[in-house]
Amino acid sequence: MLLEVDGLKAGYGLVPVLRNVSLQAGPGEIIAVLGANGAGKSTLNRILSGLLRPWEGVVRFDGVDTTGADASQMVAAGLIHVPEGRRVFPNMNVRENLELGSYRRGRQDRARNLERVFGIFPRLKERVHQLAGTLSGGEQQMLAIGRGLMGNPKLLILDEPSLGLSPLLVEEMFGLISRIREEGPGVLLVEQNVVQSLTVASRGYLLENGRVAMEGAADFLLNDPELKKAYLGL
Amino acid sequence: MLGGLLVPAVINGLALGAIYALTALGLTLIYGVLHIINFAHGSLLMLALYAALFLYTLGGVDPYVAILVLMPAFFAAGYVLQRLVIQPAWHGRDENVLLVTLGLAIVIDNLALWLWTSTTRSIDSRYAFEVVDLGVAFIPIAKLVGFFGALAFGALLWALMTFTDLGKAIRAVAREREGARLVGVRVEHIYAMTFGIGTAMVAAAACLLLPTFYVTPQVGYAFVLVAFTTVVLGGMGSFPGALFAGLLLGVVEALCGLYLGESLGQIGIFVVFILMVLFRPTGLFGARA
Ligand SMILES: Nc1ncnc2c1ncn2[C@@H]1O[C@H](COP(=O)(O)OP(=O)(O)OP(=O)(O)O)[C@@H](O)[C@H]1O
Ligand SMILES: [Mg+2]
Repeated sequence: MLLEVDGLKAGYGLVPVLRNVSLQAGPGEIIAVLGANGAGKSTLNRILSGLLRPWEGVVRFDGVDTTGADASQMVAAGLIHVPEGRRVFPNMNVRENLELGSYRRGRQDRARNLERVFGIFPRLKERVHQLAGTLSGGEQQMLAIGRGLMGNPKLLILDEPSLGLSPLLVEEMFGLISRIREEGPGVLLVEQNVVQSLTVASRGYLLENGRVAMEGAADFLLNDPELKKAYLGL
Repeated sequence: MLGGLLVPAVINGLALGAIYALTALGLTLIYGVLHIINFAHGSLLMLALYAALFLYTLGGVDPYVAILVLMPAFFAAGYVLQRLVIQPAWHGRDENVLLVTLGLAIVIDNLALWLWTSTTRSIDSRYAFEVVDLGVAFIPIAKLVGFFGALAFGALLWALMTFTDLGKAIRAVAREREGARLVGVRVEHIYAMTFGIGTAMVAAAACLLLPTFYVTPQVGYAFVLVAFTTVVLGGMGSFPGALFAGLLLGVVEALCGLYLGESLGQIGIFVVFILMVLFRPTGLFGARA
């Protein structure tokens, strides 16, 4: 397994958010993490990428116990988190943002990866010298994903990559996620678009009340009557 | 009658202004990234002046050569100071840091007073009386070296910030700390590096200044006040702003000195500062970071 999470408990201050979360992702696999607003999906991502320390539980990445490792160590190990809200560097241009994507990892492949990202997002290439803060929301999202790809990820965490995108761009985004996976890295995808994310993913996890309420193969979850009722209003 | 003195005064002002600018660059860099005002900046300048002075008087080391020693030494001191004193006191409250740097300034200044007394000292280097004829004025060589040296270090800092990964990481941390963490930047390390680089700039300024200036334990205060004015005038966090404002204030001081008398030179700086705060509080160049 590339990522193994076992019995994770975490929260903010004294307030628990994750009560008991276990999940796995294999190399090159796309897994979807679903759940209502406030279910703790982003909190889980922050723990996996070392931004937040868990209260209890074990995280193993690429065969190593990384529980409590900090963000720079996780990036160095190849776990790269493209956060909700993009977090691009607004005062720097597109090229500099991408270059910083290989600050900790993939520096020797910088030139090659830059071309690769421009191949995936031609729009970024047209805007290499534009300040990231002046990009449109969709362009910033592309930049955030491109920056993540610059670090040769083994596992890419995408937290709501389609947030704020027009329907057409959402389609494009999901096409892209499949394409990214063909190039090697596994993807942990957090999305509100339940149907689309379960279509690209091989397996899915549903978070509820800080626990994994349901897990399984994507097509199994897609056809689950309860999930349909709760998330698709069917 | 003063016409013939005008050109030399402006040139002298530019020379001093470049040193102001270099001191202010360190201050504005630290402000832009850590969002703190380093009150100890002037005291560190004073320490660097003494260090260069003693290297010269006791070791015979030329102040310009001393740059090679003092810049790394002050960089290291700044790094350690931030990591071991300032960062632990932070607790996410900027006013804590303000008090810590103010406290540091008081401790350093009084230590200097105790160690070296309030005697005004200067060095009589061979540059002091050598002048060059610029056609319009005779200028001490040391002032020319100070001017171009300060500009060169300013350019070096700009290149570091623009072209290196370290510089990019520093700019990233200035505006988007979490994003920086997510690409693997160790933010605490970058804070300390920034503080170290700002302190190294002070060491460079001191070495360039010493041949044409004097040292007392209080010398830092005059400089840090002008440096604050420079930073505010140039727009907090703005590099080009600090450079331009430093040069401007140097000239203002020189002209006031010329027309109002030597001892009133700095009055002009504070008049500019007050006008600035009244009419354009964001500075000439606005805020960059
Ligand atoms: N920094 C914080 N301090 C305190 N509480 C927080 C913090 N961040 C998140 N929370 C709380 O933790 C809970 C889970 O938040 P989280 O962001 O993980 O949810 P999410 O599943 O990502 O939701 P969404 O789908 O809306 O993005 C929420 O109740 C939220 O209010
Ligand atoms: Mg979220």
